[in-house]
Amino acid sequence: MHPATQLISEKQAFMALTENDVNRIARLSRLELDPAEQAQALTDLNSILGLIEKLQAVDTQGVEPLAHPLSAIQDIALRLREDAVTEIPSETTRSRLMANAPAQEEGLFLVPKVIE
Amino acid sequence: MTDISSFSLSGLRQALDGKQVSAVELAEAALNRAGQHASLNAFLHIDPELTLTQARAADERIARGDVHALTGIPIAHKDVFVTRQWRTTAGSLMLKDYVSPFDATVVTHLANAGAVNIGKLNCDEFAMGSGNENSAFGVCRNPWDPQAVPGGSSGGSAVAVAAGIVPISTGTDTGGSVRQPAALCGVSGIKPTYGTVSRFGMVAFGSSLDQAGPLARHAKDLVTVLDTISGFDPMDSTSLQDCLGTPNVAGRVQQAFDKASAGYREGGVRPLQGLRIGVPREYFGAGLNSEVAAAVEAALVELEKLGAVRVAISLPNTELAIPAYYVIAPAEASSNLSRYDGVRYGHRATAYRNIDEMISRSRAEGFGAEVQRRILIGSYVLSQGYYDAYYLQAQRIRRLIVDDFHQALSTQCDIIVGPVTPDVAKNIGDNNEDPTADWLADIYTLGVSLAGLPAMSVPCGFGRNGTRPVGLHIIGNYFDEGRLLAVADCFQQHTDWHTRTPDIQS
Amino acid sequence: MKWEIVIGLETHTQLSTQSKIFSGSSTAFGAAPNTQANCVDLALPGSLPVMNRGAVDRAIRFGLAVGGTVSPRSIFARKNYFYPDLPKNYQITQFEIPVVVGGKIRFFVGDEEKTVNLTRAHLEEDAGKSLHDTFKGPQGEPATGIDLNRTGTPLLEIVTEPEMRSAAEAVEYAKTLHGLVVWLGICDGNMQEGSFRCDANVSVRPVGQKEFGTRTEIKNVNSFRFLERAILFEARRQIDVLEDGGTIIQETRLYDDVKDETRSMRTKEDAHDYRYFPDPDLPPLIISNEWIEQVRADMPELPVLRRERYETELGLPAYDAAQLTVTRGVSDFFEATMTRLPAEQAKLASNWIMGELAASLNREEREIADSPVTPEDLARLVQRVADGTLSNKAGREVFSAMWAGEHDRDVDAIIEARGLKQVSDAGAIGTLIDEVLAAHPAIVEEYRAGKQKAFNSLVGQVMKAGKGKVNPAQVNQMLKEKLG
Repeated sequence: MHPATQLISEKQAFMALTENDVNRIARLSRLELDPAEQAQALTDLNSILGLIEKLQAVDTQGVEPLAHPLSAIQDIALRLREDAVTEIPSETTRSRLMANAPAQEEGLFLVPKVIE
Repeated sequence: MTDISSFSLSGLRQALDGKQVSAVELAEAALNRAGQHASLNAFLHIDPELTLTQARAADERIARGDVHALTGIPIAHKDVFVTRQWRTTAGSLMLKDYVSPFDATVVTHLANAGAVNIGKLNCDEFAMGSGNENSAFGVCRNPWDPQAVPGGSSGGSAVAVAAGIVPISTGTDTGGSVRQPAALCGVSGIKPTYGTVSRFGMVAFGSSLDQAGPLARHAKDLVTVLDTISGFDPMDSTSLQDCLGTPNVAGRVQQAFDKASAGYREGGVRPLQGLRIGVPREYFGAGLNSEVAAAVEAALVELEKLGAVRVAISLPNTELAIPAYYVIAPAEASSNLSRYDGVRYGHRATAYRNIDEMISRSRAEGFGAEVQRRILIGSYVLSQGYYDAYYLQAQRIRRLIVDDFHQALSTQCDIIVGPVTPDVAKNIGDNNEDPTADWLADIYTLGVSLAGLPAMSVPCGFGRNGTRPVGLHIIGNYFDEGRLLAVADCFQQHTDWHTRTPDIQS
Repeated sequence: MKWEIVIGLETHTQLSTQSKIFSGSSTAFGAAPNTQANCVDLALPGSLPVMNRGAVDRAIRFGLAVGGTVSPRSIFARKNYFYPDLPKNYQITQFEIPVVVGGKIRFFVGDEEKTVNLTRAHLEEDAGKSLHDTFKGPQGEPATGIDLNRTGTPLLEIVTEPEMRSAAEAVEYAKTLHGLVVWLGICDGNMQEGSFRCDANVSVRPVGQKEFGTRTEIKNVNSFRFLERAILFEARRQIDVLEDGGTIIQETRLYDDVKDETRSMRTKEDAHDYRYFPDPDLPPLIISNEWIEQVRADMPELPVLRRERYETELGLPAYDAAQLTVTRGVSDFFEATMTRLPAEQAKLASNWIMGELAASLNREEREIADSPVTPEDLARLVQRVADGTLSNKAGREVFSAMWAGEHDRDVDAIIEARGLKQVSDAGAIGTLIDEVLAAHPAIVEEYRAGKQKAFNSLVGQVMKAGKGKVNPAQVNQMLKEKLG
């Protein structure tokens, strides 16, 4: 029910980004930009788009996307591991794994309160 | 004090096994040289006690005869390989105090062989960049000319070898980040076939592109290191179990190299007899600096003298590699870097009103400008409405590029040769307003990364009056690392570019 | 204006593997926080996912059980969004090409049989948990605690077409699906522990309209009762909004079981741009025909096959057969009972299981596995009813006594002790009938005059006179004979 792709018209592809676009992408990426940074990002991103726009002109009719490079020459299949527990739960291991945590309490990572 | 800067691995091995020098002495010499050349800023974290502990253990192994080719040999790791005993920053403020609870597989392989780690090497932040100017911990300087960039993103890895601090180092190559700094610093470096070296423990940038690769003075030494770090790893689902029929295990690269070299030795004065070298016309167009072109041409002539034959080929989609790569790599990176949110590790902002602000500020403070740019463009090309036109289109072009190489390497030539970069190293700070200006210089290396092919760089000359090295790009077919290295080794037996060392100014 | 409710359900079932879908951490419930989260689960730099074969086995099993197609090649994708209990800030799931496509679930709503088509079922990883207790952050601000033990637990997300038209239907579907996944051994079905969670997509439209209305999603309802209430509330809410001239906003809502209402979750404006793309860390999942056949061979007998067997071999009506095969426990109980009964008594056994037994279990909130009345006990009870020793009413009394453990649940001992034996002796019944006919000449007259009700009245009188212990079938037969 959610289409994976949407066709966009050729015309739309060549439209430059707007401030709204930058705001949206920055929000999606969780990067807080101040107004100067937003303006710079707008310029930079439009510049980058100018470069990658070249892709649009290429006729790739009938060409399958290549996600895993080696699949072009040999069968690449997902390797499966046997269902087995390989880590013994322990508080010692937990301390080691949580040693870089900015805030923790009673074995939990702490973050500013999340409101659902 | 032993000067290791001109030693090859075999020389060092002999010295160690013959008790002329100890691992501790080699390590101390390396640490001293690192200190001497601190102004190059190649290292981000050095801890002499950790190093000497490893060196002492290596000496014990040597004493009881339990020796691997790399036991006691000083090395250094690019700071994107996680290590339990040194910090791992990936060149970023985001991870400036991060200590990993586990080691990268590459690190484990080398530690198990008894190599002695001198420290973690400077790099462009999250491996994004080609001049090591994007490191949060200062630029890294080219030992040939401290005003010049060393290349990137594995700048520190190339500098440490070029400056004679360590004989070998590890780097990572996503779009050229081993080959390009190797070229700009006058050392040898190789990016193996995608999937032959484990990515477990490598801070991820572009998952379908990233591969670890060693740097060294001598191509022959790359064989040993590559062979040691290669092999199937069950912790990495993209790690290959077999290479078109041959198991992906330690020994594969060494054996292939030995076989090819033996063949070349039999060739006498024309060792490379029968070797067809594809020379793509797209690699020699406008935009290629004349000094670089000249050095590459001279190398080709040398290879012809050695018996190889030039074949003119075409890789028509060469230029498209740039936009394709700069869609795919940032897209993957934008997702790979989402985990850096200040929740479980890494930098956390101190001023925020709620969790969204905490995360957005932590990331804005922790990531540098280039990383932020790539995250933004990466999110954009994956976003609703643009996925097909950008991301999928880039992946289709990726297939076209693979087809180009396949056409050449299966029917016309055995290897492909060209320049690594269009120009020699630029000056530090010589930056363009346009963020894409540097990207155009990746034109020769990107296609190989998109295709997952093995490729290497070996020194083949200089520009700017002998101050800025030039690298020769040698590209092979899938799993053909052994032959590539044998050709490079043969070239190095008949030339001496790789033995030149810089006169390092402080 | 007449409204139609349109419902689709997405159910997240935690698969019963030992280890997580992409790491070797344990999936056991109830461990101390973050003791079952390794470097992959914590998304530490450099960590990578490695797929668990057991999760795929269970997905294949499900696909075969519902008659869906198991995809020979399916792809894992990244669903990108930021949430503190999602360590990578993307979820590994399946998007364009899931592991199972299609399939059907059949069930009864009342006495009407329904079939709901499944769109798909796909594998994905679960997220962690947020605890909103009284924690304080580094600057004294209120904080949430994050426990990542659950992160990476394998989920099979089962999605229906929007074909359900009532809350009751949705609940019956959910119960049937629940019974199935437990039956197959792929999920423990423990709703309190979050093993089985339903999201309901609800919309309304005027009857006769072809287009669907705007839908809302009610997330994470973890009991059948709340599912029904939530859907009913939401449908009502939407109808009220539309009848007042408003519009429905497409959004996610939570059900508050205390207030019995749904409320909007904090709106996440870009929550819908998940930027799906195939996960470059995971090559395509290839499932061979050999593997599928192996799973098929190892499968328990499917509920749908048992149901058919009950219908064809035991002559049970479709409704009964369906009810008996919702859960394996009930079906096994039925079959154990039937090993001690002739096929003709299947319907009777079914009635007792779906009637008295089910009611007693529900009343005490017991599972059938904990029933004090065993299949052997029930079989003997059914025999005594079938052979006329017990009337239905007396049978219920015996059942209660067995349930309470009287006389070690020995049916005959109970009948004896309580004097419940039904009178079936022709002579004794004949005497009773004669007495009743003599005592109620007026009713006899009415009967002869053609009033059928009079007959029933006479039967009633005989039953009363016999204190409910007379075999009603025999009374009917003999009364007819005597009246001529």
